[in-house]
Amino acid sequence: MSGVRVLVGTRKGSFILSADGTRNKWDVSGPNFAGWEMYHLKGSSVDPNRIFASQSSSWFGQIIQRSDDGGKTWFQPGTPPGEPTKTPDGMPMGESNKFVYDTSAETGKPLTTHQWYDGTPKPWEFKRVWHLEPSLTDPDTVYAGVEDAALFRSTDGGQSWHELAGLRGHGTGASWMPGAGGMCLHTILLDPADANRMFIAISAAGAFRTDDGGQTWKPVNHGLRSEYIPDPTAEVGHCVHRIAMHPSRPNVLFMQKHWDVMRTDDAGENWREISGNLPTDFGFPIDVHAHEPDTIYVVPIKSDSEHFPPDGKLRVYRSRTGGDEWEELTKGLPQRDCYVNILRDAMDVDSIDPCGVYFGTSGGQVYVSPDGGDNWSAIVHDLPPVVSVEVQTLP
Amino acid sequence: MIRVKLPVHLRTLAQVDGEVKLDVAGQPTQRAVLDALEARYPMLCGTIRDHVTQERRAYVRFFACGEDVSFDPPDTPLPEQVASGAEPFMVIGAIAGG
Repeated sequence: MSGVRVLVGTRKGSFILSADGTRNKWDVSGPNFAGWEMYHLKGSSVDPNRIFASQSSSWFGQIIQRSDDGGKTWFQPGTPPGEPTKTPDGMPMGESNKFVYDTSAETGKPLTTHQWYDGTPKPWEFKRVWHLEPSLTDPDTVYAGVEDAALFRSTDGGQSWHELAGLRGHGTGASWMPGAGGMCLHTILLDPADANRMFIAISAAGAFRTDDGGQTWKPVNHGLRSEYIPDPTAEVGHCVHRIAMHPSRPNVLFMQKHWDVMRTDDAGENWREISGNLPTDFGFPIDVHAHEPDTIYVVPIKSDSEHFPPDGKLRVYRSRTGGDEWEELTKGLPQRDCYVNILRDAMDVDSIDPCGVYFGTSGGQVYVSPDGGDNWSAIVHDLPPVVSVEVQTLP
Repeated sequence: MIRVKLPVHLRTLAQVDGEVKLDVAGQPTQRAVLDALEARYPMLCGTIRDHVTQERRAYVRFFACGEDVSFDPPDTPLPEQVASGAEPFMVIGAIAGG
């Protein structure tokens, strides 16, 4: 029977939740990296035992960790192949925490500026890795979305990182501005049908696409409307919270924006709103059912500023029609006095049949529905605030 | 022999208990001590000083003999008591966040 491994990043360390395919009995391990902010952990689909993790701290900066045994042990990649993995004193090698913006003459883009909150220009300054996206074909290649917004790639298993500078330098970067959480590149979607195509999203700049493996980029925000910016239909400046794709249909994307749930059927060229009957179209995560490309999930959140479920009722909403028509899912979720938030990277699905849906909350709960959203239960109740949830379906 | 006291998170990262003892050639300075520290514990690169600018991270402070030397130029000689190993060079995380 297949099983699942749920990688949970929290404000104070990471945890791994494991179960067999029934998803009834759970083993909880952790915390790993206790006391550090674990923004994201994600396993390689090529080698599921290889997991990358973003460990960060306002005090001590960014560390990249890697496990090659499914999360049992971790190390900082940084040792060239064939070299000893320890120093002469027996200390683990590691140089994988070096993220330096590309200012090389070859790109023609010296370090430029973006807008600060007050509209003044501010040079890019690296803060942390928000999202790690392993390659679909090569276990040594992994992408990192960082704050201040930029995209980095490692082709040596996380040892060294190089910016794909064409994104930051394509022309609109000077007008990007941070959202409330910082100017973060938080979403990376790799097209399984076209190795040269990927999508990324930045708060608060919008969505962007490359068709040449990351060398050149263009904004793909036509159809987005954001009343909170001076030009509601501007080419960039939209606070995209999350984008989701079903691998069988990579030209169809679903987006949870600061306000509005959106859909494109042409790889981002045009977006249309699909918020329909949602109680509020604000939220952070959005995800797609593993086996039904038109079944999507969101967690509506009250805003501006409140960022908790409407009426204190934690409800996931599911659309089986690719948007517009939504049903509330409440069985097993608290329906009174619930004021948690669900962050953008804190929802995922497994690929067992029936599809499991998972999400984590700012209150430290991780919920699972082993039946596509009909019934929910908490795997854990009392973790630190959950930042990210990634699910690995194991053979 | 220079003694260096690290905050707990950096001790965990470097997999050390207690103080770190370093041999530093020549006159010990902040820069020389941190260079030696990072050479022996490469996983600490970027955690105390910025990778590129080599400037002290905002929430990190340096103390020697009870004095805050965070703002001293990095090539200023450290006090004799630190150079002799009588006193440690202390790397401290700012007490922020309650």
